[in-house]
Amino acid sequence: MNDTNVQRRQFLKTSVGAAAVAIAPGMLLFDMAHGKTEAVSNKVRWGMLIDTANCADGCNDCVNACNKENGLSGGLSPTDSQWIRKIELKDKLTGRELSLPMMCQHCENPPCVDVCPTGASFGRADGIVLVDKHLCIGCRYCMMACPYKARSFVHEALHDQKPDVPRGKGTVESCTMCVHRVDKGLQPACAEACPNKSILFGNLNDPESEISRKIRTVASIQVRADLGLNTGVRYQGL
Amino acid sequence: MSKLVALLVALFCCASAGATESYGMPKIDIGKGGECVKDPNWMRKNHMHLLFELRDKTVHEGIRDDKLSLKNCIECHASTKDNNVLGREDSFCEGCHRYEAVKIDCFECHSSKRSSALVQKEH
Repeated sequence: MNDTNVQRRQFLKTSVGAAAVAIAPGMLLFDMAHGKTEAVSNKVRWGMLIDTANCADGCNDCVNACNKENGLSGGLSPTDSQWIRKIELKDKLTGRELSLPMMCQHCENPPCVDVCPTGASFGRADGIVLVDKHLCIGCRYCMMACPYKARSFVHEALHDQKPDVPRGKGTVESCTMCVHRVDKGLQPACAEACPNKSILFGNLNDPESEISRKIRTVASIQVRADLGLNTGVRYQGL
Repeated sequence: MSKLVALLVALFCCASAGATESYGMPKIDIGKGGECVKDPNWMRKNHMHLLFELRDKTVHEGIRDDKLSLKNCIECHASTKDNNVLGREDSFCEGCHRYEAVKIDCFECHSSKRSSALVQKEH
């Protein structure tokens, strides 16, 4: 290598160094930023497949895990919030009994979003339907519009909310698919807690995901599919 | 609005005097404190705008910057005595907001406690 080239390299090195120092304060802010800095996209659609055959009668683990994760009281009075509840079904003709969890179905075309007058009820790009409580005025139209009775209204002032799950009086709330966990790469609390692994959570838009492969091979339905909402939560063996 | 203008004027005066503390300003328990996002004078004037912008990004777009989150603000600024930014005359949020008579409604929904302290309590 000749001399000129070495000098040239040295010059470039030092000038790059100087530039780095000059922009350091801004860069520092960028470098030290951790967490998820990219917006969610519709390349992902989060969904669940619930295997009702495996869902044990009388087991309430998913409900309890949800209550614990989100700081719900677990009470069953009409004014208590319920994000997920167990339903017992019986076919009177055949006597067949079923038990399944019911919660926000995270529709692609959510009626709650259609009726919301303030834009508080919205669907995230990745398919999770949420309430922006900063915008919610507590009119409860969404509660009436939801065919799954999935939403609750907070009637009383709350204390000691979870840092990751802000909740407050005068707003409507429902299952968030544990959005704070999903954004961290974790599963929703109910899916993790199910002792029979009856709740399969995953990306419906990825043909290779476990949930996509399963819904390709086994029969599953959407509850009230006739409404054309294209729910993100599907049930197997219903 | 006039309150806000008064607040900004008051803060501008503090800033232009070049002092972080002047006569009559409340003594605030800043917890662990330190400069993190921007300098204290900038934050005094603009934290509400920053919080508004970030909350929309977080809720609607799922952008969760660990550093620029309300949870992280509280993590450092909650008092080291009671792990809270509210509740006392000199608490980090409440102290200043009382002094300026600006109602603070973040904590009707959000937790005002240091989350790492809550985690320790659970275990």
